[in-house]
Amino acid sequence: MTVCNHSDENPFQPEAARIVRQYDLIEDHRFFQVRFLDMERAMTFTYNPGQFLMLSIPGVGEAPFSISSTPSRPGILELGIRRMGKVTEALFNKSDNDVVYIRGPYGNGFNLDQMRGKDILIVAGGLGVIPLRSILYYVLDNRDQFERLFFLYGVRTPEEMLFRTEFFQLKERHDIECLYTVDKATTEWSEDVGVVTKLFTKLPEIDPHQTNAVICGPPVMYKYVIQELLKLKLPKNQIQMTLERRMKCGLGKCGHCALDHIYTCMDGPVFTYWDTLHFRELI
Amino acid sequence: MRILKMQPKFFQEFIESLNKFGTIYGPVKKDGVLKYDRVEAFDEVVFDGERPMIPIKKLFHPKKFDMFHFDKDGFTPDYSSIEKRVIIGVPPCEIHSLLRLDEIFMERPVDPYYAKQRENSAIIGYSCLPGESCFCKSTGTDIVEEGFDLFFVNLGKFYLVWVGSSLGHDMVLEREDYFDENVTHNDIEEYIDWRQARDKMFKASFDFKSMPDIMELSYNSPIWDYFADKCLSCGQCSMVCPTCNCYTVTDVLEVSPDTKGRRERYWDSCMFVDYSLVAGGHNFRGARADRLKLWYTHKLKAYANEYGKPACIGCGRCVRTCPVDINVLTVAQALTEMEVPAQ
Repeated sequence: MTVCNHSDENPFQPEAARIVRQYDLIEDHRFFQVRFLDMERAMTFTYNPGQFLMLSIPGVGEAPFSISSTPSRPGILELGIRRMGKVTEALFNKSDNDVVYIRGPYGNGFNLDQMRGKDILIVAGGLGVIPLRSILYYVLDNRDQFERLFFLYGVRTPEEMLFRTEFFQLKERHDIECLYTVDKATTEWSEDVGVVTKLFTKLPEIDPHQTNAVICGPPVMYKYVIQELLKLKLPKNQIQMTLERRMKCGLGKCGHCALDHIYTCMDGPVFTYWDTLHFRELI
Repeated sequence: MRILKMQPKFFQEFIESLNKFGTIYGPVKKDGVLKYDRVEAFDEVVFDGERPMIPIKKLFHPKKFDMFHFDKDGFTPDYSSIEKRVIIGVPPCEIHSLLRLDEIFMERPVDPYYAKQRENSAIIGYSCLPGESCFCKSTGTDIVEEGFDLFFVNLGKFYLVWVGSSLGHDMVLEREDYFDENVTHNDIEEYIDWRQARDKMFKASFDFKSMPDIMELSYNSPIWDYFADKCLSCGQCSMVCPTCNCYTVTDVLEVSPDTKGRRERYWDSCMFVDYSLVAGGHNFRGARADRLKLWYTHKLKAYANEYGKPACIGCGRCVRTCPVDINVLTVAQALTEMEVPAQ
């Protein structure tokens, strides 16, 4: 197999990557580890937590996926993917060692400069944990750059919790406080029951100016989580959220993710709560 | 800028001599249709008259082309359509439209397909007189100061030729004896008279400067529902708009036992219902009024925030093309006067 790296010349050039490992997270949600065939490319490829990439299956098409791994662990890119459309369907039919094509990284990612030296509050709902897993591990891998770390994760039922083993192992660490909840405890469940905002009552006192929140979850979740954060008096520009749009090119050219005068793929997908008040149509 | 004078008798010969610099393209009438295409014969070219329905963007951002070919070894870019070209007969508004598209496609990361076409194409501008629906005076795109290699202003008795680039200078050098360096005071007066006469010919106009504010202030106006009820979501406005750059991408498989095919890129429109649809079926812009707002915000306001000027270049194509009279003029007027157009 020849390895082409035309991406400097052609930013649309998909580059070959191998699926090195994959397993089901829950039903219809699968975890993929991929690595560029070109080893040098694999080791030098870097990104910000919160960025995304475009994944191609030749003949099927290309779609955007958020990166779930952290740049502090280079070499392998991790994706959490829900079976939803034709590209994901084709991806689910791939085997270990099969080749897929990726290009990126795209988007702004979380504002790490604003987050350093602060308490970090990560609030995830359902599938929204996939991009937040990147910032979660980034903070853990650079633990001395951040103050306290709170990780709040809510899902509908225990069976729908993604990365369950991993996240329960995190509870054993002393440098992070993990709070998990389910809407309904359909099976055995030792953690909280109730919507994710209920977990806010369990937080210790926080200094709003010294805190940065990052949120991702289903659209309905944002409103309630933001209400809680505003109650805590967090400044609106210290609430970051990562949003979904139809991104076809990732490079601010094709127009699909445009709103007002911004492109979600270039100016986002991470926006602050203030941005959502300022730009119409964001949420 | 270097400005020269040319007698009309040299014009055709000079234009034909430009094939030394590339294949000649221009607005040509073929089978009764005026379009930007390869020039086979000089007399097919329509200088300053009817405007082609499909704007010049098609030569740089083609309606449909192959971005890549793919097979078992991956994706290989296809730049086969790129050739050295000299595009003649380009009016000022179209030159402005390319400068607008440059802001999108030439901004980093550069779109190599568009950039290679731009780098390989010379632009020979040609003056025009406004038609019924031209309102480029309102959008400040009725004259052009950059974006061409040569620009011919037809003053009837002679041409004034603006030399806009090093390549344009070389073109002149090839036929130096056709040009006269000596532009007299009388020539300048002729030009000023022409400009003034041309200015008076505009029939369509609107107050473009106020539009960004008006768009912002009337976001929730019922005017949008009025237009949304009429709009057919046909997307013709996007196809004929010289600054609409949206496209989509699809893989096309060859009939073959191996995975082989091409990745095609073709024009799309934010007027289409599935434009903002994401996997899982959520549509961020399912309502037609929201899609119309996006289109007009982009033309009359949004682009101005980003690049300091609006995206509309006043060519009037939307005025001539929309089957239900939704266009920059009717929308701007309705929003300004807060009144729906008379039927």
